[in-house]
Amino acid sequence: MKNNASRTGPSTLLILACAIPIVIVLVALPKFVDTYQTQLLTYGLVYAIAGLGFNLLLGYTGLLSFGHSAYFGLGAYSAAFMVRYFGVGSMEIYILGGLLITGLVTAAFGYVSVRHTRIFFGILTLALSQVLWTLAYKFFWVTGGTDGLRVPFANLTLLGGLIDFKGRDAYQAFTQNYYYYVLFLFCICTILMWVIVHSPFGKALQAIRDNETRAQFLGIRIRRYRWFAFQLSGSFTGLAGILWVPLNGLVTPDILYWPFSGEIVFMTVLGGFRTFTGPIVGAVVFNYLKIYAVASTAYWQMLLGVVLVALVLALPTGIVGTLSRLFGKFRKR
Amino acid sequence: MDILIIQILNSIFYACILFLIASGLSLIYGVMRIVNLAHGSLYALGAYVTAWTIGTFAAGAPIWVLFLLLPAGAVVVAAVGALIEPTLLRPLYNRPEEYQLLITFALLLILEDMMHFLFGGVPLSADAVIDSMGTMPIMNLRYPVYNLLVIAIGVAAAVFLWAFIYRTKFGVILRATSQNMRMASALGVNVKWVYVQAFALGCFMAGLGGAVVVPAQAAVLGMGVEALILAFVVVVIGGLGSLEGALIGALIVSFVRTAGIQFFPEIELAVLYLIAAIVLLVRPTGLFGRA
Repeated sequence: MKNNASRTGPSTLLILACAIPIVIVLVALPKFVDTYQTQLLTYGLVYAIAGLGFNLLLGYTGLLSFGHSAYFGLGAYSAAFMVRYFGVGSMEIYILGGLLITGLVTAAFGYVSVRHTRIFFGILTLALSQVLWTLAYKFFWVTGGTDGLRVPFANLTLLGGLIDFKGRDAYQAFTQNYYYYVLFLFCICTILMWVIVHSPFGKALQAIRDNETRAQFLGIRIRRYRWFAFQLSGSFTGLAGILWVPLNGLVTPDILYWPFSGEIVFMTVLGGFRTFTGPIVGAVVFNYLKIYAVASTAYWQMLLGVVLVALVLALPTGIVGTLSRLFGKFRKR
Repeated sequence: MDILIIQILNSIFYACILFLIASGLSLIYGVMRIVNLAHGSLYALGAYVTAWTIGTFAAGAPIWVLFLLLPAGAVVVAAVGALIEPTLLRPLYNRPEEYQLLITFALLLILEDMMHFLFGGVPLSADAVIDSMGTMPIMNLRYPVYNLLVIAIGVAAAVFLWAFIYRTKFGVILRATSQNMRMASALGVNVKWVYVQAFALGCFMAGLGGAVVVPAQAAVLGMGVEALILAFVVVVIGGLGSLEGALIGALIVSFVRTAGIQFFPEIELAVLYLIAAIVLLVRPTGLFGRA
């Protein structure tokens, strides 16, 4: 891993030295904070998985999708359909089934979308995501319309039925166990994404992003690589959607509507899309920011909008980008 | 038969509103290469301002006063646009387009809540205007005269915009800037000022759309977000940056939509988005767009 050409270039040892304490803190945290805080952090980690997936396209492939709500919503709705129509309660079946459905749809949508780049790619992904939104919205006898579909945690089982949530204090037990479940999957996703972006495939994507013509002359099959990146990206976001449903207990067409895609972009830019950890930090911070804004004022959208304006004008590299630049200056002195 | 006529009139009415929104969106993209996600909210702002002005100042005023106040929304929105361009957009022209898209998304969030804050959560309507004009018979049914006025305004706006862009000196400068900004600047065009004017003009069109729709449909929260997506479909079908594209696109969308509501209400919107997606696939620059 002593590869100076990698983006940030820290050694494996340094990365482990940073990552292990963070994981330990995350594992220990539920012992010290109350149920509500644990739940908030679970939401943050779920969004972080979505952000990681989204950033494979924006940060590493250079494609801005404005339709990632579609894949998040697909994951969420597939799990909800399994509850409603097949009475399935196992989280693992949600994940397998949901990933299968999201994978198929991202393959189809991606095949269509990667024929374009730049703004046309953005609009095409947006239009396709809105097709799903109208379907969820209008076919109310299947999807519950604006009322949505309920996914009660009481029927949920984790780890193939080993853990269920019945009897007294079920809610607390659910919050605790589900937090660890999400944390585990979040770690797996982070490692997986790290491997992907540092693999030859990931390097090829970055080459495409930086210079399409040159990458083509190197023999990289640009459209196919973009298509693969799209599928991976959509599947990560779909997984986030699947994990989000039992936590939220309800899925409504709002998560398919395009402003939610905007929120995913927001998170990623907040953390910094030119860095690997940016979307993770951005998602967790965004979640707290939004909860805080919603709790403190009726005009939370305005607050978020002002933050976004400040971010774009003053801190375009996001939280992580700005911090690492500050540290870099510090170290040089 | 009379139903058919009314449906056709409704389609044209709706096409006019869509054209007003989409032409502004298209104009801004054509000149500045910015896809303005806040455009729908500017349309909603126009509707709110007009409804509020008419509701506040014109209770019991003669009808001609109401009509004089109708463009208030468009003027206010143009002024807002003239403020937004130099403060928020100008610093971003040299940055990747992601940032431009994000800043207009931020603007959308701010504008939506600004309207909630200023005008409250209840719908505002200006139905005094539509009531004052009464209805006219179309065979056995009656149709509001005001809708015909909106159609006239839409047609007039299309003609004026076309004449403005293709027949005036300002239009020449605008097109020159849109084709090659550096060259225009080298030839002595004040590009910054052209951008302010183009953005304000685009906003004016959106505001006008809102202003003329509000006597027929009350201004509600969320109308902007909905309108933006339809305007997107229009410009994607017609071609981003093309005026005649916006016109044809608006007609296609509103006729498909009217037919959809009549015959296949469940998938009416999905069909529109699918048409947009197919057009993007077959002709990425739209029916009238240029690359």
